[in-house]
Amino acid sequence: MGLKASSEISMPYTDGVDDNMDDTHGMNGTDGIGYIDDMDDATVMYVQPSVSGAAKILVVGPMGVGKTTLIGTVSEIKPLSTEATMSRAGARIDMPVRPTKSTTTVALDFGRITLGGELVLYLFGTPGQQRFLPAWKDLARGALGALALVDTRDLEASFDAIGHLEDLDVPFSVAVNSFPDSVLHSEDDLRSALDLLPHTPLVICDAREHASSVKALISLVSHLIESVTEAT
Amino acid sequence: MTDPGEERTTAAVRPYVITRGRAGSSRDALPLETLVKASGSRLPPALQPEYRRIVRCCQGLLSVAEVAAHLGQPPAVVQVLLADLIDWGHIVARPPIRVAERADMDLLRKVLDGLESKL
Repeated sequence: MGLKASSEISMPYTDGVDDNMDDTHGMNGTDGIGYIDDMDDATVMYVQPSVSGAAKILVVGPMGVGKTTLIGTVSEIKPLSTEATMSRAGARIDMPVRPTKSTTTVALDFGRITLGGELVLYLFGTPGQQRFLPAWKDLARGALGALALVDTRDLEASFDAIGHLEDLDVPFSVAVNSFPDSVLHSEDDLRSALDLLPHTPLVICDAREHASSVKALISLVSHLIESVTEAT
Repeated sequence: MTDPGEERTTAAVRPYVITRGRAGSSRDALPLETLVKASGSRLPPALQPEYRRIVRCCQGLLSVAEVAAHLGQPPAVVQVLLADLIDWGHIVARPPIRVAERADMDLLRKVLDGLESKL
């Protein structure tokens, strides 16, 4: 429908790079990818030398939910884009000529926050659709947890991502990214619609606002700390 | 044995040729958040340009994901080339802080304090 399409295009929060994720492609079939262009040194912002380690948090959700927006809002670097390879692609990745489904990649946006001068936190935006889930396994390994972004105008679109976090046993917190035309739901309604466990935090945020996005991350980390405290 | 000239790659070589087909090999891939930096060791003159570009990119501390993004290369390729460079002593890595079976409370508190200081 024309109207729907144009309203989507004008949405300021739509994840720009997410759109590329529809273009999953066989790497072997892509021309020009072999060029290693000289990089522009001016764009590289190095991590402070005082940093001794890195940790990561995943930001998951369906296309257009605001993952890249949130990452851009809190990141100290302009979000970068790379790609994740579907786990099972490994064995065949260098087979010549025939691009197969096993060689698909997905665009992956990420940002970075230096915390306290000694630790750097990476935020990886991870697309939630069912067909991208194989890419999650490697990304999820070692992640502190995940922030699951939800758009109340299309709750169902978030089911895959939340279900997959549960399957992979990645602790998470839910952040409802509020859009101007979002319908207001009670927290109870949202919880039951998303089938959340009672202890899973649910916060409302505006991915365009720094403090709001940082608070959503804080809700996740507080939840992680509580889970550890309870376990011990 | 092949002519050494054949072994050399140019900038127009496709990434999975550069890694001689090892991308996605069984070797554990470096996690994307691993921090890497050039060690400052002298690079052998015969080192392929793809390796040199990575070393040049790593003059400061960067994650594997950032190196891949800055070079416009698939992480699967950069992971293999970085692993070689680490083996050869040209790159040093600071492994990511992993959440062990028992999550590291100290790490989580540092993350929480750090985030709260951003408000």
